[in-house]
Amino acid sequence: MTFNQLTTRQSNNSSIFAVGAFLSVFLLLGLLMASFAKDAAIGHQAMTFLFLGGAFFVGLCMWAGNLIDRDPFDESEYENTLVKWGVFASIFWGLAGLLVGVVIALQLTFPNVFYFPELGWTNFGRLRPLHTSAVIFAFGGNVLLATSFYVVQRTCRTRLAGGMWPWFVFWGYQIFIVLAATGYLLGVTQSKEYAEPEWYVDLWLTIVWVAYLLVFLGTLWKRKEPHIYVANWFYLSFIVTIAMLHIVNNLSIPVNLTGSKSVQVFSGVQDAMTQWWYGHNAVGFFLTTGFLAIMYYFIPKRVDRPVYSYRLSIVHFWSLIFIYIWAGPHHLHYTALPQWAQTLGMTFSIMLWMPSWGGMINGVMTLSGAWDKLRTDPVVRMMVVSLAFYGMSTFEGPLMSVRAVNSLSHYTEWGIGHVHSGALGWVGYISFGALYCLTPWLWKKTRLYSKSLVEWHFWISTIGILFYMISMWFAGIMEGLMWRAYNEFGFLEYSFVETVEAKHISYMIRALGGLLYFSGAAIMAYNLVRTALGHGEATSLDEANDPLKTPEPRTALAPAE
Amino acid sequence: MGLMNNHGVLERHSLLLTIGILVVVSIGGIIQMAPLMYMENTIEKVDGMRPYTPLELSGRDIYIREGCYVCHSQMVRPLRDEVERYGHYSLAAESMYDHPFQWGSKRTGPDLARVGGKYSAEWQVDHLKDPRALVPESVMPPYAFLAKKKLKFDQIEDRLKVERMVGVPYTDEMIANAKGHIYAQADPDNKGFDYYDSLMAEYEAAAGREKTVEARDYDGDPTTITEMDALVAYLQMTGTLVDFSTYEADDLSNRR
Repeated sequence: MTFNQLTTRQSNNSSIFAVGAFLSVFLLLGLLMASFAKDAAIGHQAMTFLFLGGAFFVGLCMWAGNLIDRDPFDESEYENTLVKWGVFASIFWGLAGLLVGVVIALQLTFPNVFYFPELGWTNFGRLRPLHTSAVIFAFGGNVLLATSFYVVQRTCRTRLAGGMWPWFVFWGYQIFIVLAATGYLLGVTQSKEYAEPEWYVDLWLTIVWVAYLLVFLGTLWKRKEPHIYVANWFYLSFIVTIAMLHIVNNLSIPVNLTGSKSVQVFSGVQDAMTQWWYGHNAVGFFLTTGFLAIMYYFIPKRVDRPVYSYRLSIVHFWSLIFIYIWAGPHHLHYTALPQWAQTLGMTFSIMLWMPSWGGMINGVMTLSGAWDKLRTDPVVRMMVVSLAFYGMSTFEGPLMSVRAVNSLSHYTEWGIGHVHSGALGWVGYISFGALYCLTPWLWKKTRLYSKSLVEWHFWISTIGILFYMISMWFAGIMEGLMWRAYNEFGFLEYSFVETVEAKHISYMIRALGGLLYFSGAAIMAYNLVRTALGHGEATSLDEANDPLKTPEPRTALAPAE
Repeated sequence: MGLMNNHGVLERHSLLLTIGILVVVSIGGIIQMAPLMYMENTIEKVDGMRPYTPLELSGRDIYIREGCYVCHSQMVRPLRDEVERYGHYSLAAESMYDHPFQWGSKRTGPDLARVGGKYSAEWQVDHLKDPRALVPESVMPPYAFLAKKKLKFDQIEDRLKVERMVGVPYTDEMIANAKGHIYAQADPDNKGFDYYDSLMAEYEAAAGREKTVEARDYDGDPTTITEMDALVAYLQMTGTLVDFSTYEADDLSNRR
């Protein structure tokens, strides 16, 4: 062992103590919160934090105590165990979030069956934030954590930086998820869509996120490749921009330092603008650039072809992140937001169409010379279809951002259909594709447990998405037209509740679509677990062919280098 | 192309790349958000706006807690059908004391920006308890439990103080008498009798006109102040504050 290796090892081991000490500070704060809780909700939340943080702390101590002489952060190997945990967490939260989605779809369809007057916390108003946060931040977030940790190591040819800190990021993020989710059920919310958690959860996420940024940058700093690969540009923009959005949109003053309630600094029109600047860019930088990073690594790897165009990557990247940030005001057309801001939002939303399609083209055309894989490899098909859905919803988005179209589409189910074509089709499918790739790679298996189960997953889910999208187009355009319909005497033709009643069949089809999509994901979960266990076709890789011991094939990475 | 060849610099220096990203993603937000903070014509000049009374504010917190905003917007757009269905289109001034705003993004239920006074308080209570008893086709969840939960307002003074810190013009009297004002509004004949005059004086002065505060028992149970009382008090005043008889939509300072 050289001196250099020894010092790295020492600094890595000291990261275990640093994480332990850091955690104990927050456990102490949690204890203070629990003891001086001003309301029942914060008491529950503090106890949850103490329990989870305490479990992490105890687990950390027990694990570190057992190390003896083993270097847990061996620089000659990639950090794979953490990525495995990330894969598991993605599957778990994905199923949970989709299931809540099915439940709330059923609540709107059969309110007499799925509401319980004595259980106020199961009402739609509390479960819908649970659903959106679970699928976006719990499922999507874990997919991004897992894939970014996997990709940044491979493309930098180095182990994750920070020793124990990536583990802090992972478990800290899971604690954030549980605090946010239980908070919604307890009624703790600041009512800003996709930013509902209250001030103390926001602060915790900020800490975790800064650690994430430092781990990511630290890994880039010790890379053994001269160039930073394109996927990492996208991951970096996702991490940096989400930090900015999160901090500004959550500026608030707690009523009490040991109470759950806070008051937003901005009000009314300024708060609305800030919220939708955040809200639309949660889509732009969480659900788009993060997942485009997945596209830029996993599609070339899976089809063993280089990225279609290096120049297009550059143009795509900078134009996408520059234009996206302007698009927020299209959520506020015809509102009390000054019209100049609405016009800017609409203009940039339409411009956004081009970089979005540029990215899609770069992804799809990467298959040049390997189109046959669409037929033979259902995982490739899933990822390419995800790009088709991306292309569709990034065309639909600019269309809906046109003020005249928006006057019809806004506030209706069309919006719900639009998000779900992006979420289920694009984010879901590219994530599933990545998970199907990662599981055999990480657990060192030749292939998946069952290819035909992937086919089943693909077709069941695709039918589910189509049911969802078409029923919501139908419901949304219908109710939009009914709201503005006049009869021959010049009066409004329909009362509001008639438009609710008219959507009943659409709601049933939507719930069925959601159930199909959930079933597909359940099939995937089963397939991936059996793959990790080495069942069926998933035989273990010969040690000599271990891709982690041999250098990465260069073809896939060449264009960005 | 030269620019493309120089991109390698960013690909080799992660900090330059990070700073580049930060600069590029900051521009749009600054240009769209900063002017709204200082441009005077962002918010119209209106008469009648006042801060929420402590009971209304508590009711608004319940509205937020229960996630009403996920299905109900509070933003009437200036479109013919919306103005006819819901009332005068919403002004920016009407939400200037809303921390956070409640404009919403979806109408699974109808817009509530002007629901105040549209139905009787009794109707609101019955409807909240069992929506389908009154509107059979409704898909709204039942909120009967609100009538059984006592309203908690032990932190209300701190709450008003923080609201004042972020710009809501609560006076010292409003803050000092906040608990009394809750009793005065929900139970004006008994527990709140002594604070009734103070409640009316303070909030009518803030509004600049009379009869903008309604004081009564809402949920049919005058002995306890429940969450139902607070929520219905909030619903019944929503969108009623601005005096549209003096509002000049065509005034240059109100055009945006």
